[in-house]
Amino acid sequence: MWQALRAELHPRLEVVTVALEARGASAARPWIEKAQPTHPSLIDERHVLAALGIVNVPSGVWIDEGGVIVRPPETAHPRRPAFKDQTIPADATPRERERIETVKALNADAERYVAALRDWIAVGAASRYALSPDEVVRRSRPRPLSEATAAAHFALGQRLHASGEAALATEHFKEAQRLHPTSWTYRRDAWAIAGPDYASIYGTTWLDDVKREGVENYYPALELE
Amino acid sequence: MIFRSARVSAADLARVTGWELKPEGLCRMERCVPFASASTDAIELADVARALGVPLVEEPRAGLSALGPDAGGKALATATLPDLELPDVDGRPFRVSSLRGRKALLVAWASW
Repeated sequence: MWQALRAELHPRLEVVTVALEARGASAARPWIEKAQPTHPSLIDERHVLAALGIVNVPSGVWIDEGGVIVRPPETAHPRRPAFKDQTIPADATPRERERIETVKALNADAERYVAALRDWIAVGAASRYALSPDEVVRRSRPRPLSEATAAAHFALGQRLHASGEAALATEHFKEAQRLHPTSWTYRRDAWAIAGPDYASIYGTTWLDDVKREGVENYYPALELE
Repeated sequence: MIFRSARVSAADLARVTGWELKPEGLCRMERCVPFASASTDAIELADVARALGVPLVEEPRAGLSALGPDAGGKALATATLPDLELPDVDGRPFRVSSLRGRKALLVAWASW
């Protein structure tokens, strides 16, 4: 997905993609093999990136030549996502119709994001999109004790799931979601582990949660400047 | 950071968390936190969590304990990217810091 933009901007920019996959490399492998990336393509089984404040995907972080973050995590689409142009099948159920309409309504401002990225690559620190270190810290997410506790519960859930303790694992995944309710990564990765019947285990669905929390909040509007 | 007991040896604590038990306390890189333990073989994780200000979650039904990450302030305490090392799809480790000298875009994605 990022390959074309990488080809355009390399070698001035390197892209590093990281798959947040509690199920491990096997879950991401089909996508990676299909994309055949020439950039580093990594696997984050333990949600290490949560420490940067990443709570949803896709999220991008800009890092300058000195290893300094110049934009903290924010929604990052390299092009208009296909979900924006889905068509609703004539025989769609009301629920499926609602899901597609909701997906199409998500914020996904790829054009502005990519334009800002190109500007930074062209002019570096002079770009108005390259933030000062103080501003990067200010814009990064708060890190309350509840969210750190959620990370411990999520880690326990992963370990328990790996050892076959599915019911216990689910308890900890649910607790992680309760303590860190704005983390879509905790929610959706736990649902992926649960499989297609996740709604019967977690008592909710992606659509229900997005509608309850506001479609505009799933991908917050970009604050580029 | 998962442990199979509520107590841990100093060696295992250092291996899992990076925090080393030294005469001046628990130390990781340049930071030291006051801490004393009568034993280097059985350090209470609850004491470690209290000293470091990180959460401890216990799951007695499975005999597991988990220390959470640092809390308080902002996710990014500074704008300097933490040292991230993650494997690629074949398990080969990659350090993001190896890209120093070039601009980088780190993108998190998922298959789900």
